[in-house]
Amino acid sequence: MATETLPKQEDNIVEIDVRTDEMLVNMGPQHPSTHGVLRLVLRTDGEVVSEVTPHLGYLHRCAEKVGENVTPIQFIPYTDRMDYLAGMNMNLAYSMAIEKLCGMKIPEKAQVIRVIICELNRIASHLVGMGAYGLDLGTFSPFLYAFREREMILDLFEEVCGARLTYSYITIGGVHDDLPEGWVEKCRRFLEYFKPRVEEYHTLLTRNQIFIQRTANIGILPKETAYQYGCTGPVLRGSLNREAGDPVWDLRKVEPYCGYETYDFQAIVPPFPEAPPEAVIGDSWHRFYVRMREVIESVKLVLQGLERYPDAEGSHRIEPPRHLPAGEAYMETEAPRGQMGFYVVGRPSKDPVPLRVRARSSCFCNLSVTNEICKGCLIADIPAIVGSLDFVMGEVDR
Amino acid sequence: MTSAEIIARLEEKFGDRIREKNTDAIDPYVVVDPIDLVDVCRFMKEDEQLSFEMLNCITSVDYFEPDPKKAPKAGFEPHLEVVYHLSSLSKNHRFVLKVMLPRWKADQPGELPELPSVHSIWPGADWHEREVYDLGGVWFTDHPNLTRILLSEDWVGHPLRKDYEFPLEYHGIRGR
Amino acid sequence: MGWLEGRFEESVITTTLEQAVNWARESSMWPMTFGLACCAIEMMATGASRYDIDRFGAGAFRATPRQADLMIVAGTVNFKMASRVRRLYNQMPDPKFVIAMGACTCGGGPYYKYGYNVVKGVDLVVPVDVYVPGCPPRPEALLEGLMRIQDKVRAMKSFTKGQPIELPVPARTGYVQLPEEISDPDPVKALEKANAFDKQQKEKATPAKA
Repeated sequence: MATETLPKQEDNIVEIDVRTDEMLVNMGPQHPSTHGVLRLVLRTDGEVVSEVTPHLGYLHRCAEKVGENVTPIQFIPYTDRMDYLAGMNMNLAYSMAIEKLCGMKIPEKAQVIRVIICELNRIASHLVGMGAYGLDLGTFSPFLYAFREREMILDLFEEVCGARLTYSYITIGGVHDDLPEGWVEKCRRFLEYFKPRVEEYHTLLTRNQIFIQRTANIGILPKETAYQYGCTGPVLRGSLNREAGDPVWDLRKVEPYCGYETYDFQAIVPPFPEAPPEAVIGDSWHRFYVRMREVIESVKLVLQGLERYPDAEGSHRIEPPRHLPAGEAYMETEAPRGQMGFYVVGRPSKDPVPLRVRARSSCFCNLSVTNEICKGCLIADIPAIVGSLDFVMGEVDR
Repeated sequence: MTSAEIIARLEEKFGDRIREKNTDAIDPYVVVDPIDLVDVCRFMKEDEQLSFEMLNCITSVDYFEPDPKKAPKAGFEPHLEVVYHLSSLSKNHRFVLKVMLPRWKADQPGELPELPSVHSIWPGADWHEREVYDLGGVWFTDHPNLTRILLSEDWVGHPLRKDYEFPLEYHGIRGR
Repeated sequence: MGWLEGRFEESVITTTLEQAVNWARESSMWPMTFGLACCAIEMMATGASRYDIDRFGAGAFRATPRQADLMIVAGTVNFKMASRVRRLYNQMPDPKFVIAMGACTCGGGPYYKYGYNVVKGVDLVVPVDVYVPGCPPRPEALLEGLMRIQDKVRAMKSFTKGQPIELPVPARTGYVQLPEEISDPDPVKALEKANAFDKQQKEKATPAKA
């Protein structure tokens, strides 16, 4: 019995019986599973990856230089183009930084509209994240399902602001226009349609045995590493453990803005009772599942916002001051991919143009952890790990 | 902790080495010397009351007015600021740390000012420092791999300096 | 086909070799999966369920340039990427076509003035056949661009792309249906209505005083 004499192979430990020479494998910048134009240089020993070096900058579009040459309201469209999957959240982050600098108080109605729109965009963004993750792992159908629902959200946005992808809808002092007539009803109808669909995605992807095999226990990101590298958003939350007393780190909960403290929702942090037995906290599966659960929370938030909208007081927008005050302000908001921060320095001579605009990109920090979590995995796992970080190169490179 | 308490705690520990403090700003901050930066950062991370586990962002701000006509009215002396935004997850507070640098080392245009690296305290600072070097032009001593991160390796100049001149062409491709 | 037409049975079609080849070529344009920036999302949307680029035979997105006929440059090209774009273009087999999708690839777009690192139009790097402006263009616009590429293929005279080809007069033009509030058979009345509508919208959007 030859099989009995062989040592029992442990799960997830790859036996290396043949030493091979070290090899450098170049992935990207044009590679279908690097989500844009990321270039990864893998140092491999046979099939096992020993080092990953990400090379950025293939989409560096000088947004910070633009920011210090144009007025804040002119810069809003450029924020759309940073994280092009969640333009509304980017608009919000920049507007709130300027509002903090100017000390503006936003009317209630604008706040409610902002919450509704941003949460809708979070749903759309996570849908693309899910679809593209499916594509990375070799399944095409979740992508088609995700885009079916995403197009409906884009229709709603189109009605609000006229654009499908780059909205510039949330501006300094509120939102650009009031919601059109009948929009609230349409949005409600969409949410009713959408809620049961989330279960469909779980059937298609989350509970798929192949998907679990490829993501569970792969690319484990320990909590301490996540802290040290400044990871935020679903990447960080996938590594936290509610039962071990870790902080439930969602900016909407811990530093509420836009009146999030008055809404009833949960910050999604593992452990999940429905997790497959092979999944460990901090692995790719948990990062993915945190996003899927956030979609459901966002639906709740939008519904609460729609309840409040008709009675909300004030105008949808107040006029911003003409000149930026001197001083500096740093504001972070919870975008779908993590904490998006903007740091704005006003000129002492009170020009309308700021002295410096800095975008603290969440994906930039989330991506910097790649080398740590990819060490020792197989080449075939790289798309699964990198995809679970769910970054957008436009935001990484700015 | 509130910002005032954080500043008090830092002053208690470091005394005169805290060069400047501003409690009235929107985000209160303290200024330290480049030599003390690593000590202060290590204390801020490891002290149990402060415990700043996360480095959110490193920014360089170039205070300079390239137009000589506007320069007297600009309201600042030409200098470079490096700003560290820190936050603590366990204690749930934020703070801002600043370092003032000359625009050029020893006033020699082209010689980058130097600053110690904090990547040994927060490994995430690695990329942030590379970006600040790439775009802002600050040289971080004892950084393991200080190369350009966003622009190509053979790029000339640091674009976020106010006196940066846009390239006319790059490898045969017209730039303007 | 002149004197040959109708001389055979019904199931026999006569055509020239060129037409047959062009027909095959235009109905199976294989684009390359080459997403750069924001426009890539619109390109994905064009390939997904609602817009379905497969209706035009161009749904087989290939990951390698060796199998692709069409490069859709979707998004900003910067100096670091430019050499890669050129290299990918060189790796594609002839005949090859390029669609410049979006304002950035047409001429720098919003990054024209302050973008020190942005290539001011991808035509400085690779030859472009069809420009699709917009920031980002809607999926319909990309489909229109694809149809113009197909027009171009249909007019190809030889099997290679070497000789200069005149673009034929567009076979289709966009027609936009106006909303009911401003549509009127009489152009003068339509203009008045449009102005009134515009004014009303502007009043609605005026912000309150702080």
